[in-house]
Amino acid sequence: MGSIELVKVRKDFGGFAVINGVDLKVEDGEFTVFVGPSGCGKSTLLRLIAGLEDISSGQVLIDGKDVSRVGPSQRGLSMVFQSYALYPHMSVRNNIAFALKMAKQPKDVIEQKVKKAAGILNLTDYLERKPRQLSGGQRQRVAIGRAIVREPKAFLFDEPLSNLDAALRVQMRLEIGDLHQSLKTTMIYVTHDQVEAMTMADKIVVLNKGEVAQIGSPLELYNRPQNLFVARFIGSPTMNIATGPSAAKRGATTIGIRPEHVDVSATAGEWPAKVRLAEHLGSDTYVHVEVDDIGPMTVRLGGEAPNQPGQRIFVTPQEPRIHRFDQQGLRVGG
Amino acid sequence: MALQQTVGKRVGMTALAWIVGFLIFFPILWTFLTSFKSELDAFSLPPKFLFFHWTTENYAEVQSRSDYFSFAWNSIILSVGANLVGLIVGVPAAWSMAFAPTKRTKDLLLWMLSTKMMPGVGVFAAVYFIFQYLGLLDNRIGIGFLLFMANLPILIWMLYTYFKEIPVDILEAARMDGASLVNEIIYVLTPMAIPGIASTLLLCIILSWNEAFWTLNLTTSHAAPLTAFIASYSSPEGLFWAKLSAASTLAIAPILVLGWFCQKQLVRGLTFGAVK
Repeated sequence: MGSIELVKVRKDFGGFAVINGVDLKVEDGEFTVFVGPSGCGKSTLLRLIAGLEDISSGQVLIDGKDVSRVGPSQRGLSMVFQSYALYPHMSVRNNIAFALKMAKQPKDVIEQKVKKAAGILNLTDYLERKPRQLSGGQRQRVAIGRAIVREPKAFLFDEPLSNLDAALRVQMRLEIGDLHQSLKTTMIYVTHDQVEAMTMADKIVVLNKGEVAQIGSPLELYNRPQNLFVARFIGSPTMNIATGPSAAKRGATTIGIRPEHVDVSATAGEWPAKVRLAEHLGSDTYVHVEVDDIGPMTVRLGGEAPNQPGQRIFVTPQEPRIHRFDQQGLRVGG
Repeated sequence: MALQQTVGKRVGMTALAWIVGFLIFFPILWTFLTSFKSELDAFSLPPKFLFFHWTTENYAEVQSRSDYFSFAWNSIILSVGANLVGLIVGVPAAWSMAFAPTKRTKDLLLWMLSTKMMPGVGVFAAVYFIFQYLGLLDNRIGIGFLLFMANLPILIWMLYTYFKEIPVDILEAARMDGASLVNEIIYVLTPMAIPGIASTLLLCIILSWNEAFWTLNLTTSHAAPLTAFIASYSSPEGLFWAKLSAASTLAIAPILVLGWFCQKQLVRGLTFGAVK
């Protein structure tokens, strides 16, 4: 079991609200990702759940029990830190076994659990090494191993992959995904990388300036962003934004259209534009254009597109794919 | 040319380092040499550097006149004991200042340091009367407590500086792993801070070993450490340079040997904060 609920959680640092009244429910077994730009409070929110920071007001409930005043060691959660935070003076074996020793489990049980965790994480050959003798990816695995042996109610991940190189990050992303599939334990994962969020999450919590901007499944956030902040934050390349007459005629202050939902024509269309640059990725081409009277936009075309800088073209948003927002930046209509 | 210049520079620097080193070491060397002279040679003018009649009679006399080992034993008990107790108080104190600071932590640290700026003689009368009233004059517990208190600010400051270098994540990881505060300090913080704790302890032991003001004024025989042993040879009947030197050599020998063996730790301790 491991459901986590936050009720009006607030955290002030020196009179400034870093977390401003967050309500959230994470179901048992769910993979939830907190995402947002740096400084949005996502790591702080995770640390409040962990108990590493005290909440200023509100409640944190784990399995329905109020743990707001319970210390981190008593909450039954495991955490994987961005810096790995391995114990440098202990071998891999002792790093993994530390929590079990603290829980005063019998020696044979510890040995067996450490072996099992090491097996899952391919660390069996490294058990006698010290953390400094391991590569980044191996250290990350030890940190995860340390978390899983405790059989916690939930795992908390604080940007665990940001110190790894790109290839390793993709691999570890899959491994964490597999781990979630096999353990079926609640996981809360903090990242600033929206691609990580989209690929891993059952549920994404987008945070902005200490408040929840939107909660939903990855596709809900992609298809129906509730406000301009989420619209801009989710999706890569980012959503194109237009204001003025083309928004007004659709009954909105601002409209947004994703790069993949824009059609291009050499002869006719809604917005005349000039090509600034075409980025050829092989599978896709990102055409950056300057739309007359609106400004820069990005168009994503499948395969190879022959557009040249300086060329005049017409771009047209696909009508049903347009997102409309009012003056406050909130979604209008369906 | 460049190579020659570097070689010249290195020779110059090496020579300079040796000269400075020799100047600093000279008083100790002179004391050591004097301890093997006869009293007559000891204050002859011009001074005799190496060519005198070598004798060990001073050492024999010093040992027969006063019990060196009793003084040395007091020095060891006082300097080691006072600072081990200091660690028991200082480690948790430095932990809380480094890892759970409040708004006033910086003020507290500065205030602690400021107590070291006051000359001991300023509170001598008060301390003396308190010791007299409590029956702590010439008492190991009494002088030990004073040495412990005198070093505590330095001890906490040094530990604090070391602890600040330890990533707080690792301690938080221990907390998440279910470690209590005590276990966190014993199993995670202390092993990681061993080099820092060792050099702090070493420096504080040396400071206590050499502390003369309080030990000379508050002890006479029973609790008197080696500082009192040396001082007893500058007596009103006249100065016995050779015997005084023999006593000094005996008094500084243990700490010199300890310092020699722990050189590496000490250098790290003395330059703490400078090389992060």
